[in-house]
Amino acid sequence: MNRDNDKGKVLLKRSLIMACGMAFLLLCIIFRLYYLQVYQADKFKMLADENRISTRLLIPQRGIIYDRNGVVLATNEQNFQALIVAEQTADVQQTLDSFKKIMPLEDFEEERIKRDLKRNKSFVPIKVKDNLTWEEVSKIQLNAAELPGIFIDEGLNRYYPYGEKMAQVLGYVAAVSDTDEKDDPLLEVPGFQIGKSGIEKFLEKRLRGKGGILKMEVNAYGRVMKEIEETEGVSGENITLTLDARLQEKAFDAFGDESGAAILLDVHSGEILAFVSTPAFDPNAFTRGLSHQEWNALQTNEKKPLVNKAIQGQYSPGSVFKPLVALAGLESGAIKPDTRYFCAGKMLLGDHPFHCWKHAGHGYLNVVEALMHSCDIYFYETAQRVGIDKIAEMARRFGLGEKVNIGLEHEKAGLIPDKEWKLKRFGEPWQVGESLISGIGQGYILVTPLQLATMTARLVNGGYEVVPTFFPIDDRNLLKIKKINVSDAFLDIVKQGMFDVVNQQHGTAWASRFNYNGMKMAGKTGSVQVRRISLKERQSGIIKQKDLPWKYRDHAIFIGYAPADNPKYAVAVLVEHGGGGSSVAAPIASKILYQSLVLDPIDYRKH
Amino acid sequence: MYKPYETSFRAQRMSIKEKLMNISFWYVFFICLLAAIGVTMLYSAANGSWSPWAINQLMRFGVGLGVMIVFALIDIRLFMRYAYVFYFFTLILLFVVEVGGHVGMGAQRWINFGFFKLQPSELMKIALVLALARYFHASSLQSIESVKGMVPPLLLALVPAGLVIIQPDLGTGLMLIMTTTAIFFCVGVQIWKFAVLGIGAVIMAPIAWHFLHDYQKNRVLTFLNPERDPLGAGYHIIQSKIALGSGGVFGKGFLKGTQSHLNFLPEKHTDFIYTMLSEEFGMIGAVAVILINFCIIAYGYSFAFKSSSYFGKILAIGLTTNYFLYVFINTAMVLGLIPVVGIPLPLISYGGTVMLSIMTSFGILLSVHINRNISVGKESSF
Repeated sequence: MNRDNDKGKVLLKRSLIMACGMAFLLLCIIFRLYYLQVYQADKFKMLADENRISTRLLIPQRGIIYDRNGVVLATNEQNFQALIVAEQTADVQQTLDSFKKIMPLEDFEEERIKRDLKRNKSFVPIKVKDNLTWEEVSKIQLNAAELPGIFIDEGLNRYYPYGEKMAQVLGYVAAVSDTDEKDDPLLEVPGFQIGKSGIEKFLEKRLRGKGGILKMEVNAYGRVMKEIEETEGVSGENITLTLDARLQEKAFDAFGDESGAAILLDVHSGEILAFVSTPAFDPNAFTRGLSHQEWNALQTNEKKPLVNKAIQGQYSPGSVFKPLVALAGLESGAIKPDTRYFCAGKMLLGDHPFHCWKHAGHGYLNVVEALMHSCDIYFYETAQRVGIDKIAEMARRFGLGEKVNIGLEHEKAGLIPDKEWKLKRFGEPWQVGESLISGIGQGYILVTPLQLATMTARLVNGGYEVVPTFFPIDDRNLLKIKKINVSDAFLDIVKQGMFDVVNQQHGTAWASRFNYNGMKMAGKTGSVQVRRISLKERQSGIIKQKDLPWKYRDHAIFIGYAPADNPKYAVAVLVEHGGGGSSVAAPIASKILYQSLVLDPIDYRKH
Repeated sequence: MYKPYETSFRAQRMSIKEKLMNISFWYVFFICLLAAIGVTMLYSAANGSWSPWAINQLMRFGVGLGVMIVFALIDIRLFMRYAYVFYFFTLILLFVVEVGGHVGMGAQRWINFGFFKLQPSELMKIALVLALARYFHASSLQSIESVKGMVPPLLLALVPAGLVIIQPDLGTGLMLIMTTTAIFFCVGVQIWKFAVLGIGAVIMAPIAWHFLHDYQKNRVLTFLNPERDPLGAGYHIIQSKIALGSGGVFGKGFLKGTQSHLNFLPEKHTDFIYTMLSEEFGMIGAVAVILINFCIIAYGYSFAFKSSSYFGKILAIGLTTNYFLYVFINTAMVLGLIPVVGIPLPLISYGGTVMLSIMTSFGILLSVHINRNISVGKESSF
């Protein structure tokens, strides 16, 4: 009995201990609740929201680009696409088969659709086909009954109405690539496109706008349960360029199949009215996405449609450089307005012969006549007396040898050599013979067509240091343009020479003259050899340009302006391997200048 | 033979009315309160719908209440008399399931009777407590403190526990062992013996491991290390903590738990229902459930202390311990304190078998209370 009592006492004691133990463990649970629900509550609330809320960026409308007259150059077009949502159809394959009866699908497209369907949850819309036409959209809507799970969705696509004619200025937009700087969360949005070249790239930030934000509640499988809030985005800024779409089109068409560049400027403001590099590419195809073949064709084309020749092409200026040599000669006093040199078709420096393009020679010429006939001997003589440094210095005043910084990519600076440059570059002193060939714009000198247009505008606008631009120059900025330190009288002599080039019967561009309501054009031709003419060939007769393979023909250049008596428009035309400046480049320049006088898009403004 | 506690014959035979009058009102009240909370949460788990869970659970609880009353009215001496019979009957069922489990799918834990599924391991939780209570009721303190006296109760516990573990239902198996340990502790087994048994278990484990099937080994390994299954148990516990923590003090409101309703929280109507409750009703709701459970457990102890029979005391302590283990393991699991084991929260989680077995054990506990003045002989006789 005693033992039974002990047994009861032990049980009481032990079970009380255990009850305390249980109470303690329940207290632990309460402490844990406190830790999670009070102490760490904020952290878990945030995590719960991260789970629950999914944010989607809404793509803003990209800014529209206009020309100076309000003509649309780049815009956004509605793009209709057909989507399929797997969970909304009983049989995906059957829906796709019905779709194919209405609109054929390529095998690779069908493969992509099936792959996307497999990778995504059944409520995620998968693209079946995009860029649908109106007829295709209405066909799908008419057959909606047989197409369960198919939806039409509209998005915006960048569209360039002028296609390749504006391609080298505007550039294009395309999907963000790995190498693009990710400075905006918009760039992470699938399907978002950014400017990849041209103005589209240069003004990317202004054109892009700000993305809107859509906050949605999603469940554990990612399905959208409801929209929480939407913040409106901001559309991109609309941009007006100085281009005139009509002149751009005419200038582009004037080239035909030729490869080259043309820039038309307002001589007083520097505003660019036309900016052509040809052949070009279709930016709409780039935006849509190029096939492998299309890309290869562009890459291997010997006329290099992807290169913007107006700023990336560096050429010897040839004879269009002569006005600057004349100016340097006049300013240094090496020649006077009435100085005459005799051209016998060739001259000797030491025992090395230098040839004029005219085998028979021009006889005695003054500076105006030398420009008109583009006599090489006269400018050999002048360059020999002036020296390269003064010529280089004059060239720089007119914008050669340095970048314009127009805003487009890969712009080249060209090259204006002088004695210091040669020593630095080759470690050898400058040779007089090099001055001679520099005098006719050959040798080391390299310029871009845009620099030539700049040079022309500065020569004829009264010597003002205009800088080409795609963006309108207001009157205040117009008045800020400085004058170049060069004598007006000397400029008049050069202009007289350039007038005679076109308007004198023996001028090199006589064939390209026009008279529009009494307004005429003036200019200077240039032809640049791209191969060396051997002594043997010189003796047996120089091969005619049209008999040479395309890539051995001369580059044809023309710089010009109009009206000749009161210049408003300046143009530089370069035709790669075109043959002769007078026969190929001048007619193109003439067409462009004539059209600019006819359309006359700019107000007359002077400094 | 003269028995000093048996004061009158009347006290040995109670009328049904007397018994009903002796049912503890507050005990039943707390049970109903928890069940009501459970039904409410199941309504929320179905996104505000009575079907499929809430209405079923309510009906089961109704049946459970009936079962509880029936067991409450049974004379405690009947439990004593049939304790071993019931125990061996359940053990045979466990064997049947074990054999059936081999033949059938990976881990079948129940016998299908068509209209309901009997889960013998659930039954064993009660049967083992009955068997141990009967054994210790009859044995003396010397026998309890002797080594020889420990062998029968150890066998009573380890045989079914082993069977359950290789089913494999490690959670239930460990619950059987812990309940047994608690009873051993209360009856006065010396502390050093627990230490020896613990060490023995550690030594035996690798040998037992050898006999396990690969799928059984896998389940055990996943239990011990949830990271083995990062999208399963690991993911569950992370989402459970987020749900709980984000509930804060006052909760997100009824039907407004984002983690639960957007399906981030798994098993929200069964094992993780406490998480959903804590998300929607915050710490206030969560603590309230703990306190109600504390009351139910405290009442269980008071039944034990008031019972005049040793058998009744052990029975009350054993069943209460079993209930406590459910509550503690489930809440500690969803709070990330212990690994995830499939132990539901009784009365609240959706599930018929546990509801039935828990209500049965409440019935037995009530019977202990009603029969608190009945003396129970050392042998099984009235």
